[in-house]
Amino acid sequence: MHTIVESMSTLSESVLTALHLTVSADPALWTIVGRSLAVSGTACLLACGGGLVLGAWLGVARFAGRGGVLAWLNTLLAVPSVVVGLVVYLLLSRSGPLGAMGWLFTFKAMVIAQTLLVLPVVTALTCQSVADAERSHGEQLQSLGAGPVMRSLLLAWDERYALLTVLIASFGRAISEVGAVMIVGGNIDGFTRVMTTAIALETSKGDLPLALALGLVLLAVVLALNVLIAVLRRWREGVDGTSQGTMPGVLA
Amino acid sequence: MSAVPAAGAAASWPDGVKVARASLSPPDHPPVFSLHGVGVRYGRVQALLGVNLSVAPGERVALIGANGCGKSTLLRVLHGLAKPSSGQLLRSDGRRQAMLFQRPHMLRTSAQHNVALGLWLQGVRWRDARAQALLALQRVGLEGIAAQGARTLSGGQQQRVALARAWALRPDVLLLDEPTASLDPHAKREVELLMADLAASHGQAGPAHPVTMVFSSHNLGQVKRLASRVIYLEHGAVLADLPVHDFFNGPLPDAARLFVKGEMV
Repeated sequence: MHTIVESMSTLSESVLTALHLTVSADPALWTIVGRSLAVSGTACLLACGGGLVLGAWLGVARFAGRGGVLAWLNTLLAVPSVVVGLVVYLLLSRSGPLGAMGWLFTFKAMVIAQTLLVLPVVTALTCQSVADAERSHGEQLQSLGAGPVMRSLLLAWDERYALLTVLIASFGRAISEVGAVMIVGGNIDGFTRVMTTAIALETSKGDLPLALALGLVLLAVVLALNVLIAVLRRWREGVDGTSQGTMPGVLA
Repeated sequence: MSAVPAAGAAASWPDGVKVARASLSPPDHPPVFSLHGVGVRYGRVQALLGVNLSVAPGERVALIGANGCGKSTLLRVLHGLAKPSSGQLLRSDGRRQAMLFQRPHMLRTSAQHNVALGLWLQGVRWRDARAQALLALQRVGLEGIAAQGARTLSGGQQQRVALARAWALRPDVLLLDEPTASLDPHAKREVELLMADLAASHGQAGPAHPVTMVFSSHNLGQVKRLASRVIYLEHGAVLADLPVHDFFNGPLPDAARLFVKGEMV
């Protein structure tokens, strides 16, 4: 009973701390929030640039070994972020093949790690979405003269509202991970500290209210982004018309 | 149906015998399609079996038969969307083809852009394609909704946009897979009139080359109104291939006769 009361107290204290931090526009907090958004946003943009094209192509292309490629891709969805961080660490460490670039414990290292983490998510979900669309009406585009590459681009564009969900999923995966950025960023105060690493640090220091407050701010940021995209999607679907029943279950 | 007897052949056919009076193309007008023993297999399913036929320029061929008899597969073979597993398909060179589906797929953009896309994919510059698309929409009476999202349109309107998309290409050959099957009677009538209009026009080859139309349908009234020749398919094989008048007035194999009487759909 005592523990429950204590937990409730910690939670309410955290909410108050989060509100205080937000309202008081604490510069340290907003620097961390801004850095988190910058790292994960850049990583998502890079991953989407490559993953949307690659996924769309995989959704339409037929070649020997495609099944194996897709199996690997789906396996990569489950790779722990610490493993990705470790691989990037080995690549960027002084003795690693890319050590000469001096990117370890920098913003760039964190972006690379999160890009590699998110790339399979974007690729696999885009592939699924485009493959479903291809099964449903790829033949009609083919009948108009669209080859596989053109078809993959057209279908990805046509499924753009479904792919917004992919963007949300990938951004959520990036901004919520802690293992990779901790390993390759080093959680250096004022330099590579992001929200998740700050939460981990405050928890280890025993400052649970601050750690929880940071967590609430993180949730609020992601929630605001989701609401923005949902409103945008609903508005555009009203203008362009809704899906013709091809929305993939994995994304719905 | 390996041989192709001349039109006006025998007056009665024993039950179960395949009937054929396929068109003979004049020497200066080679057939648009020639199929020799074409078969298509999807895994264990034999969708088409030993199909022999030729289609002359300007013919309006109706493919009829029960569901799963191979009509759609034959159309897909003619359009190059399915490859024959056996036999040979010969197409005359330089003809532009367009195909319409039972449920046309509209991309999530305006009706005008949907029509323009077909032209753009054929190499027309986007700006010119948009202008031509507007003309095509005028042709089907939809210029007023050119800027509207294509997916917000009714089924009948979407099929008319699909017809505009096909017409914009100025095809020499038009293939239609049950284009009115999912429409209400009013929309069905509108689309049918447009099909007749389109079939009466000419393709890119010029006024001397009328559009060749091959369509599948379950609507026998529509077949009577639009077709010049009827091909009846059963289990992937051609069972009867006759001019439209002969098909509806002459003797037929049992299965085809029952189908026409509406006892087997």
